[in-house]
Amino acid sequence: MSEIVKITNVTGTAVTIRGNDIDTDRIIPARYLKEVTFARMGEYPFFDERFDGAGNLKPHPLNDPKYKGASLLFVNKNFGCGSSREHAPQALYRYGLNAIVGESFAAIFAGNCTIMGVPAVTVSAGDIEQLMQTVEKDPKTSFNLDIEAKTISFGEQKIAIDLPETYRSALTSGSWDSTALLRANLEQVKKTATKLPYMSNFPG
Amino acid sequence: MAGRTLYDKIWESHAVGILPTGQTQLFIGLHLIHEITTAPAFDMLREKGMDVAFPERTFATVDHIVPTDVRTRPFMDAEAEELTQALEKNVKQFGVEFFGIDSANQGIVHVIGPQLGLTQPGMTLACGDSHTSTHGAFGTLAFGIGTSQVRDVLATQTLAMDKLKVRRINVDGTLGTGVYAKDVILSIIRRLGVSGGKGFAYEYGGSVIDKMNMEERMTVCNMSIEGGALVGYVNPDGTTFEYLKGRPHVPTGAAFDRAISYWKSVASDADAKYDDVVKLIGKDIEPTVTWGINPGQAVGITEMLPKPAEYSDPAGATKAYEHMGWQPGAPILGTPINVAFIGSCTNGRLADLRAAAKVAKGRKVQSGIRALVVPGSAEVKKLAEREGLHEVFKEAGFEWREAGCSMCLAMNPDKLNGNEVSASSSNRNFIGRQGSPQGRTLLMSPAMVAAAALNGKVVDVREYQ
Repeated sequence: MSEIVKITNVTGTAVTIRGNDIDTDRIIPARYLKEVTFARMGEYPFFDERFDGAGNLKPHPLNDPKYKGASLLFVNKNFGCGSSREHAPQALYRYGLNAIVGESFAAIFAGNCTIMGVPAVTVSAGDIEQLMQTVEKDPKTSFNLDIEAKTISFGEQKIAIDLPETYRSALTSGSWDSTALLRANLEQVKKTATKLPYMSNFPG
Repeated sequence: MAGRTLYDKIWESHAVGILPTGQTQLFIGLHLIHEITTAPAFDMLREKGMDVAFPERTFATVDHIVPTDVRTRPFMDAEAEELTQALEKNVKQFGVEFFGIDSANQGIVHVIGPQLGLTQPGMTLACGDSHTSTHGAFGTLAFGIGTSQVRDVLATQTLAMDKLKVRRINVDGTLGTGVYAKDVILSIIRRLGVSGGKGFAYEYGGSVIDKMNMEERMTVCNMSIEGGALVGYVNPDGTTFEYLKGRPHVPTGAAFDRAISYWKSVASDADAKYDDVVKLIGKDIEPTVTWGINPGQAVGITEMLPKPAEYSDPAGATKAYEHMGWQPGAPILGTPINVAFIGSCTNGRLADLRAAAKVAKGRKVQSGIRALVVPGSAEVKKLAEREGLHEVFKEAGFEWREAGCSMCLAMNPDKLNGNEVSASSSNRNFIGRQGSPQGRTLLMSPAMVAAAALNGKVVDVREYQ
């Protein structure tokens, strides 16, 4: 069994990727989904926005040396929409981003982040703009995302964050990797299955 | 007490219990898997030393990376071959039924589930693919999941889930000639936005949906996720039961009658309470085409392209114009295309191919246009050929391919080149989606794609009716 890892805080510098409705095809182009494991996904986030066809760097926050080493990602609305590919949050996480703060997230993406132990938390439009401007003005700013207290702080400032209570509980209790939790109830699962008519060819 | 929705009923009957996190442990009646999102899930099982809890409730196929022309093994793409072999090894080791590349049942997961009668009303269904909402057409609570969740379903046949709200979407009246299910769902997404469905299951109803056949309902439910809704469904009715009757995994005889009473019982009650209700009028819906980089950026065929200021996110619309190269105020009608793609889990079924063939029959694809028809499954291909649709397409100048996802997401060799413009019956017009970072996608119905192929530009398919 894997050890229990409680995710209560993420601290460090941040990088900003602006824009609404950034889909998972943009976060990781489909051709990288041909790899059999997630091991190399950290090389590919936003690949086609960071590199041209010849492999030359294009202007992009993830190519900008001043944001190197960031552990938080700041985004706008409906981040991670589209394909359910877990490769997208895997790419961001393996690149080194341990938490995402945004105005809102697509449903499957937020679920994928949580089950990986990556907090995807929301703040108001005004607050994300302040956070983004803070990073863009001073990339060395260090942030502390506190999942227990539901705040993000930097310097003297503290901003309220939000996330579903179930996600907060899963992260802070270390049960975000849900398999063991679910597997513990296997007997009850079998009982539920027995009651469903399609599981036994609609008995009379 | 107010009546319950189908969503409420299925949720309650499939709830195993409440987890310490507050989430519901939800039993998954059917699990479909394919080659792309599963290999790490099986690795995680091996790592945890776990088996598949209900191997008879998972079915596998290959669809995303399979070539649709030369299918000989090993595939020319070594990565595609490796990933296919990984799935073949995993299904064998864990005892999962597999419809491989040579199987008569191979095809896009969301086409073969219904076709085999695996997908049934009153069931929960999960698959590592966001278009799993397709199966909601049957009154199934169906949704896409990520790879770690695939692991959970394999290991426990359950998922940790939070309950959604339900939005009823009524499409009343009737559709005009040349207006299809694709136009209905594109209009819904345009109206409610690409994130408007966040936190909701969409229940589609009203006379337009009631009159639709199962394939049309699948097209509507398929794109729920493009509107931000994890789940989309239609209440099961006589049309549903008629479709299911006689399919391989559907019960027969007295068990079929008992199945029908169960299926009827899961439909939303007449006095069901909804968290939101939205209404569209069928006759207001035109053949609809996307112009931008998300499925909500769409216009009716007679409309002009909107100004960015008309959108709630003008910067997003401006970015879309930068990528696509069009000008606000220009007509969508007459936009030149390079490629025409008919297929995908949205519109790769027999009814879709019939609609496109009706337009193509006796006509020719414009010279210089690359036009592909990719059936959604080997069975769809066989049935289409029995009707001679392949001859209609080939005589018109379309390529007639083997089944797979193909140019919907371009994980196989079917790709756009450079900044080609594709008229596509698929579901996503995201930047780079069809295989070229500069590629441009116009989503529309299969009949509209066929018409665009014949003219080398976007036209109004109603001229062909």
